[in-house]
Amino acid sequence: MSDQPLLNVRGVSKFYGSRVGCMDVSFDLWPGEVLAIVGESGSGKTTLLNCLATRLMPTTGCVQYRMRGGNLRDLYQMSDAERRFLMRTDWGFVHQNPADGLRMTVSAGANVGERLMAVGNRHYGNIRTTASDWLERVEIAQDRIDDQPRAFSGGMRQRLQIARNLVTSPRLVFMDEPTGGLDVSVQARLLDLVRGLVSDLGLAVIVVTHDLAVARLLSHRMMVMKGGKVIEQGLTDRVLDDPREPYTQLLVSSILQV
Amino acid sequence: MYVAVKGGETAIANAHQLLADRRRGNRELPAIAIEQIVEQLALSVDRVMAEASLYDRSLAALAVKQSRGDLIEAIFLLRAYRTTLPRFGTSEPIDTARMQIERRVSATYKDLPGGQLLGPTFDYTHRLLDPDLLHDTPVEAPAGRTDADEPVMRVSEILAGEGLIEADGELPADHVAGDLTREPMEFPMTRDLRLQALARGDEGFLLALGYSTQRGYGRTHPFVGEIRIGLVDIELDVPELGFAVSLGEILVTECQMVNQFKGSAKASPQFTRGYGLVFGQSERKAMSMSLVDRALRTQEFGEDVVAPAQDEEFVISHCDNVQATGFVEHLKLPHYVDFQAELDLVRRMRAKHAQPHDHQEAAE
Amino acid sequence: MTALADYNFAYLDEQTKRMIRRAILKAIAIPGYQVPFASREMPMPYGWGTGGVQVTASILGPHDVLKVIDQGADDTTNAVSIRAFFQKVANVAVTTKTSEATIIQTRHRIPEETLGVNQVLVYQVPIPEPLRFLEPRETETRQMHALEEYGLMHVKLYEDIARHGRIATTYAYPVKVAGRYVMDPSPTPKFDNPKMNQSAALQLFGAGREKRIYAVPPYTDVVSLDFEDHPFEVQTFEKPCALCGARHVYLDEVVLDDKGGRMFVCSDTDFCETRREEGHRGEMLGDIKEAAE
Repeated sequence: MSDQPLLNVRGVSKFYGSRVGCMDVSFDLWPGEVLAIVGESGSGKTTLLNCLATRLMPTTGCVQYRMRGGNLRDLYQMSDAERRFLMRTDWGFVHQNPADGLRMTVSAGANVGERLMAVGNRHYGNIRTTASDWLERVEIAQDRIDDQPRAFSGGMRQRLQIARNLVTSPRLVFMDEPTGGLDVSVQARLLDLVRGLVSDLGLAVIVVTHDLAVARLLSHRMMVMKGGKVIEQGLTDRVLDDPREPYTQLLVSSILQV
Repeated sequence: MYVAVKGGETAIANAHQLLADRRRGNRELPAIAIEQIVEQLALSVDRVMAEASLYDRSLAALAVKQSRGDLIEAIFLLRAYRTTLPRFGTSEPIDTARMQIERRVSATYKDLPGGQLLGPTFDYTHRLLDPDLLHDTPVEAPAGRTDADEPVMRVSEILAGEGLIEADGELPADHVAGDLTREPMEFPMTRDLRLQALARGDEGFLLALGYSTQRGYGRTHPFVGEIRIGLVDIELDVPELGFAVSLGEILVTECQMVNQFKGSAKASPQFTRGYGLVFGQSERKAMSMSLVDRALRTQEFGEDVVAPAQDEEFVISHCDNVQATGFVEHLKLPHYVDFQAELDLVRRMRAKHAQPHDHQEAAE
Repeated sequence: MTALADYNFAYLDEQTKRMIRRAILKAIAIPGYQVPFASREMPMPYGWGTGGVQVTASILGPHDVLKVIDQGADDTTNAVSIRAFFQKVANVAVTTKTSEATIIQTRHRIPEETLGVNQVLVYQVPIPEPLRFLEPRETETRQMHALEEYGLMHVKLYEDIARHGRIATTYAYPVKVAGRYVMDPSPTPKFDNPKMNQSAALQLFGAGREKRIYAVPPYTDVVSLDFEDHPFEVQTFEKPCALCGARHVYLDEVVLDDKGGRMFVCSDTDFCETRREEGHRGEMLGDIKEAAE
């Protein structure tokens, strides 16, 4: 891990009218670090993720991102064009439902190749080879390259979505309940795959989950949210093995140990 | 004043008398004759015949006159009459290859056997109001044709020669063509019934749907293979005689739309077709129908249903203008009882809303 | 109502012409960008060239010489009709000779003869938005243009190659103009795309129903989208024109009989006639000179 944070989050709050989405969240994220945001449905974790990924504008607060050149930029001061460029090159976003993050009516190869083409790659053969390599990395048979994701199982679709996001070697990936829609055996395989890719590529990841097992397997550090606020944060092992807040203790004790 | 009174019989009788008066208009002008409507408003008559599914110019003209020129009302009148007619038999399929052609154009070939024949078209007229028509200015006789009776091959046959276009659909040998007006509708429909529904469907609705496919909502890459308008023979097979006898001729408009199809795992790439056929002269309707017909075959070709024009239930359930106008206009019928119940509910909810709330919803 | 009022020169009133000219100037200033304009109801149906007619009407002067083609030909019905319209409402000189024309209004073709600096080519455009069939919503496509997000266009080309081994777009083939905007060249065959690049003539595009005008100024780069290893290629024909023997031109297929007989002739009728006047003869006319070629 580098000595300078990739992301500085300061005082991010989002209100829907008088209702709180998330309130006064601050933290730093280092390159290569995996941060899990956990909490129950309605705790504000998805709102926070969407604010960080600039899919939502927070009501107050500031998020700075260290660009590849090393300079810090305030995400909310960037132009739309700059933000969208960042989103399709340096960032990834893995949706809970793969259909939200894939083009369901174009082939797996084109799904993976789209980002390459969007950043100016114009060699069909190279795009196809890269797409094919990525399918292999996410354990999709290479002869499925011309099939549409409609013909894929839920687990395959999710792996394809991950490949589509990682093909441009992003530095930061947001994941919203990446195993949410999958059955248990498929979940375990996907988590293994993601853990391998994250460590091989040195990705920084912010993953939102209600499933503490996901946090345990993937993350270095975690934040626990309740009622829009971060009530506890720390190293994942510490939080899960020695929770300090009563609410965290309740969460940890109410699930099967992993 | 509009009051809910009982015994509205007098009111209705008076209203109908007023309608008759307005229909006749200024008594100093001669009443319009049915023959004049047939001859001079022929395209209105054609539309009424097509969407009423009854080929009778005089009756359609009468309906136009009775409805004061409201064509959907005229269609309604003619359909109501049609319902009462007995069926004597089913004619042989008409053969449009043997049509006596008055107009025939193809957008896919510059020139082709039988030629391009413009016929009586608004195309290439400049839409400038013509002051000559303010008066009964004499009109010259048109140029005639010399080769009018020769059969003219269809463009689909030219493409079929190379196997470039799908063949005519095949129905099982024992298939009896359905009758939409005699049998309940079921989804998914067979293509014969679907085409029937489209043939009597509202011109404006089909036009808008066809247009939407051109603008990307269910694109089909269409080319007008051919439009032909002309007279075709109606023949009835009489079992007692052992041969078909001619009952007469009707004017029809046929459109064969040729569409690109890139092939699938099962089928090699070839052109596919959308088909339109309507009574009388109505190119707009026949073209729209053929666009929508092709769009509705989406699933047949393994394509995705993503647009309204591709959704059979949506299209067929809403294309009938007599049904549509009936249901839309029924909203003006009394709904006092239902509305009273709603009034009561809204009053209760407003009363509750007016009370101050003291609790804030928890964050989600 | 007795007599209808006289129409202004070239049908449109002067305020309308000024509005359209401003749109044209903006379009020239931002090559390939679709400028919205307040398209008027015209006395011909939408989809029949109302956009091209409005552009022509706005730039036409009394000394211009107008040529109108449809599918490359001067004698197709819609071309005849539009030419007659301008003769009637502007009383301008008309021609079928490409070289004599100062303004050429076209549907679906670019003349074979190279155009010069004193000529303007006006295209009739049905769907101006090159991204329309990938994304039907205007709000989205304008955003994509603004942010230069054209990855989706290449996804389509990628899919073509993956499925068919080649790019399967044959007409309305998308181009990038001056390195910035992706533009629909109107439904011309892709055969004509190279003629747009670095053309000496001003190219104006009018879409009446969709209310857009766009332009390619003279000497502007117009590049057909492709892949490095699947470069853009134009259609080629096996035989020369059956009437004038020309090669490397776009040919129309003419069906001769119902036995499968057909011939191929120049789609550009003026080009074909000029060659025949010069003595060139194709196969159908007794291939005299071309046999040696």
